[in-house]
Parts: sequence; structure tokens; C-alpha cells
Amino acid sequence: MTGTAGGDRPAIQWGAEAVSVSFGGLRALDQVSVAVWPGQVTAVVGGDGAGKTTLLRCVAGALAVAEGTVRRPGAQRIGYLPPDTGVYDDLSVAENLEFRSAVFGITGAVVGRRVGEYLERTGLAAARDRLAGQLSGGMRRKLGVIAAMLPEPELLVLDEPTTGVDPVSRADLWWLIARAAAGGAAILMSTTYLDEAARAAHVLVLDAGRTLAAGTPAEIVASVPGTIAVVPSRPDGVDERRRAWRRAGTWRVWQPVGQATAEVAGPTAGPSAEQGAAGLPARGLVTPDLQDAVCVAELRAELDGADA
Amino acid sequence: MRAMIIKEFRQLRRDRRTLAMMIVMPILLLVILGYAASFDVSDIPTVVAGPGADVAATALPKSFQVAATYTATAAQTGTATAWAQDELRDGHAAVAIVTAGANGGPLILIDGSQLFTAQAALRQFAAQRSGASTAASTAASTADPVPGVAAVANATIQVLYNPQLKTSYIMIPGLAGVILVFVGTVITSLGVVRERQAGTLEQLAVMPLRPADVFLGKIVPYFAVAVADLVIVLAVGVAVFGVPFRGSFAVFGLGALLFVFVTLGLGVLISSVSQTQGQAIQLAVMTLLPQVLLSGLIFPLTSIVIGVRWIAYLLPLTYFTEISRGVMLRAEPIGSLWPPFVYLALLGAAVTGLAIWRFRAFLAPGAAR
Repeated sequence: MTGTAGGDRPAIQWGAEAVSVSFGGLRALDQVSVAVWPGQVTAVVGGDGAGKTTLLRCVAGALAVAEGTVRRPGAQRIGYLPPDTGVYDDLSVAENLEFRSAVFGITGAVVGRRVGEYLERTGLAAARDRLAGQLSGGMRRKLGVIAAMLPEPELLVLDEPTTGVDPVSRADLWWLIARAAAGGAAILMSTTYLDEAARAAHVLVLDAGRTLAAGTPAEIVASVPGTIAVVPSRPDGVDERRRAWRRAGTWRVWQPVGQATAEVAGPTAGPSAEQGAAGLPARGLVTPDLQDAVCVAELRAELDGADA
Repeated sequence: MRAMIIKEFRQLRRDRRTLAMMIVMPILLLVILGYAASFDVSDIPTVVAGPGADVAATALPKSFQVAATYTATAAQTGTATAWAQDELRDGHAAVAIVTAGANGGPLILIDGSQLFTAQAALRQFAAQRSGASTAASTAASTADPVPGVAAVANATIQVLYNPQLKTSYIMIPGLAGVILVFVGTVITSLGVVRERQAGTLEQLAVMPLRPADVFLGKIVPYFAVAVADLVIVLAVGVAVFGVPFRGSFAVFGLGALLFVFVTLGLGVLISSVSQTQGQAIQLAVMTLLPQVLLSGLIFPLTSIVIGVRWIAYLLPLTYFTEISRGVMLRAEPIGSLWPPFVYLALLGAAVTGLAIWRFRAFLAPGAAR
């Protein structure tokens, strides 16, 4: 069950290797690999229908794969947060956690201590006797995360744990996730928040079931070819429009290596006297972050597909 | 409103199972009610015992279908009567004619637990007696050696097991079965599919639980509720409606256990082939309805045309009704009830086996290619 280790990574590795999954005629995953190491967080990012949930289901054991290999510990040592939280709406918060503890064989004072601590930390202590179905979406999500973490598993698979959760609660959940990782858990999580993914040790970028990029956040950012320019409004040119995306009130345009300067200039970008090494306008260029890197990866996939 | 109507039609078109039920159910009901809904009894299973039983059997009117005869000498009157009573107790016949009873005259025994058949038999005998008195007043007749038209006029008629022919006596043992079907099949069928709809089944699938743990964990509470319901129904039936419980509790309990085994298995099976609670309810009702209509609970099995009656013999409630009425009203021993016991055991094993197989697939990681 152990996998290869590289560098300073711990020896035991969980995850999937060259996994493919189809639903009917739809290829949900196509030769996707992901590795999760103890004490580290691996984040899976991608747009809607990218295959994030399918991949996590495969790793957790909720979905069988006909192609590829999945490495995971026994069910006793996996914590899983499914897309719809996996909590029982007609049980109270405390009863949900009691059920989970019993199934995982956690008994005695340990249950009370863990439950109390998790509920306190996530602000659910006051709601412990409320039915899960009466909680807000964010609170249910927090309950789902707590329930998955309760057995202190070796592998924690969390499907969008922070989606729909308020910023304060997100911070609380990240505290829990970080603590689980510090305790040695290997954590595989999907997220739509790229600022969260940037905090992970490893990131896998999926699009339409295929791997667009994988590595540490720094490696993914460093792999962006060309440059990225900031323009105040959407570019006019058809080609530039295909390489532009909106971010924080401005537009960003990806400039592949070797493209002419004029191609990236937006209508109101104004003239630039300074030219970069590749003939690009130095003014307006930004150092890409993970969000830019993911956007570029998706644009490249889209453009490659269109060209093909 | 137009938008709402269009939306509903679109949803209905995509819900093939509901659509099929809306079309199939009326046809099914029409056929069942058309052919099964009859209280008219044309065949009365009869046994004849005593001196000249064979001859007497041939002299009976056509509606009395002779199932067996027991020819005895005049000295064996007691034995013949006992044999006839046993035949009724064991459900082999609804009417037993003893050509020479304890007082020397013919004795007619009628099984009151077969209500409609008993009523039909009584009507027949009343008509015969009327015919006999008319014949006697118009012409001299010689002594009839067999219980023909004249002998019936002199026969002693006894209705056994349900002398007052109370409907509650036959309905309550059967209703106990209907309640077990309701809890065991209808309610249980919702249990598993609710997990699927709520998304918690996926959670269960990755938890350290064996399919058997989940299966038993799901059905044990329903089993307990079904047993509690059964006890309440029987207690109310006995205490309030005065329904007798003449047989063995152990035999009844074993029959109920086997029947619950079947109904719970059916519930889980339905649940495992349903995507939504609505679908599960539809399927469960489709198993409940034929059982209520065709099991002999309401309409006598012998009144159902052969083309539909065979369905009745596939339904578990048919056999439980036979067991519950037999044990409660006639104190029928397990020795004569073995066919329904064996059938329920086999059906239970088949249904539960299939349910476990489906359930394992249900809990196993989803199919992917």
C-alpha cells in the first residue's frame, strides 16, 4: 500500500494513479493521478464538472475505478466529507457525532473531549441539540467536517469543506484542517477558492476530467508560460478576448511567449513607453499567483481544444 | 399556471415509473377487482365420513366438492366424527358430513372460520331443507339412507370455530398480516432509499461497516416495530373484539416470524431498486394491494377465477392468513400447516437473499468504467 516518496516527503503516500472513470458516455476522469502525503494538504481545484468530486469519491472508496490504481488505508482510517455533508438531518448535532463515534469505535472520555473541542472551535457548541436539518448550510458543512475528522483518520478526504461557509468559520475550519495535518493526517480536499488552494502543499488542477497542472503552488505558478498583463477593461481584439479574464474589477490578459506587444494592449490601457524583454508592455504586467496560473492553464486547454 | 402545467408534464414524462403506474394500476385493479372481487362461493370443499360415506358423497349436490371420504362402520361413529373434525381443523374442507353422528342421525359440521363458504353452505342446506319439507308434504318418500335432500332435513348442523359467523373473527387474524406487510414492506422500503436520497448512503459505504451491519441495523428497528404492532393488534382483537386464540402461541409466532422475514426482505429489495422514496412507495403499494385483495383476506380464494387465483398462491399474505386463521380460530397444529411454513421460509430466503445481494451492490462503491 505504500507508494514512492520523493525529497523530504514522508514515505507513505495515498492517492490515485492514472485513474479513469466514465459515467455512460461521459469521461469524468481521464488518466488522473494525485498523491497525498501524511501531514500535508493536497488541494484539487477546477471549474464545475472538472471531476473534483469524482476523484475524491474514488480516493475515499465511494466510487470504484475500472482503470488505474487507488491507494488508501482501511475504512477505519479514512474520514470523508461527501458533497452533501453526509450528516443525518433528522439527528441532532450531538447525535450525528455520537453515531460517527460509535461506528469508528471511539468510546469513553475521548468522545466527549473531541466533540466538545470541535464544537467549541467551530461555534457549534450552542447548536449541539439542534437537528442537523435545522442548521444553516454553513453550519451543516462544519458539522460534516467535524464528523469526518472525529476518528482522527490517517487519510482525510474533504469535498469542498469551506463552500458556503462564512469567512470566520472558514478560518475555524482551516484551523481544524491544519491541526489534522499537523497531527499527521494526509488531507485531500477540493475547493473552489484558489486562495485556499494556495495554502496547500500540493495542488492538482482539473478541467473536464483531465489534469491541467499539478505540483506545489509555486511550481504551478512558475509553469505559466509568457506573461500576464492587467488592463482596466476587456480587450477589443478577438484573440485577446479569448485570453482575458476578469479579476477584482480589472481584466487580465495572458500573453503567450513571443506574442506582439500590440496584441495585449487594452483599449484604455494607454501607451506604454517601457517594453519588457519579450516585447511586452512592462507597465501593467503582474507577477502571476495561483489564481492566474489556474486561469492560464484553463485558457490554454480551451484554446488548444479550439485549435484542435 | 400554463408554465406550471408544462413543468408538471415535463417532470411526469421523465418519471417513467410513475407514468407506468398511472397507466398499469387502473388496468391491474380492473382485472383484479373484476375477477377476484366476488363473495359468491360456488365450490364448497366437503368431506364425508361414516357408514356409506362413499355413496353419500356421490349423492351430494354439485356445489359440494368432495375432497375426501372416510367410510366407517356404525360402531365407528366416534372415529368418523373425530376424523371429520380434524379435516375441518386442518383446513382440508369447509364442510364435513358425518352420515351417522353420535345420536344416530346425520351430522353436518361447518367451518365458521371460512366465513363466506360457511354462509354459502348454510344457505344450501336451508334450501335443501325447504325442498325436503315440500317433498314430504306432497308425496310419501322412503327413508333416505344417505344425507341427500331428505337426510339434510333431519341432520344436526354445527358451525365450528366461529359459531356466530362474526366477520371480526376472520378479519383480525388477517389484518395482523396486513399490518406486518405495511410496516415490513412499505415503511422499510423507505429506510434505505432515504439514505440514498439524503446522500448519507455514500458516507455509510466508506465507513468501517460491513454490509451485514448496515442491513441488519436498518431492519432490526422495523422488525421490533412490526412485532410490537402485531402484539397490539392481537391484544386488541382478543380483548375488544373477542376473537379467540385457540392455538399455540409458538406456532403463531413462528409463522409471524417467517412472514416478517419475507416482508422485511421485500422492503429492502424494493428500497434497493428505487431511486427515490416516491418510487419505493409506489412499488411497495403495488405489492401491498394485490396481497390485500387476493390473499383470501377479503374475498374467498375459491371465488377468484383460476386465471387470477394463481397470483394469490404467490403472495406471502395468503399463507400468513392461512396460518393465523388456522392457529387462532381452529387451533391448527404445525403438522398440518407445514406447506405455508415451508413456502414462507423458501420465499423469505429467496427475497432476503436477493435483497442482501442488491443491498451489497447498493453499498459497494458505485459502478464506474
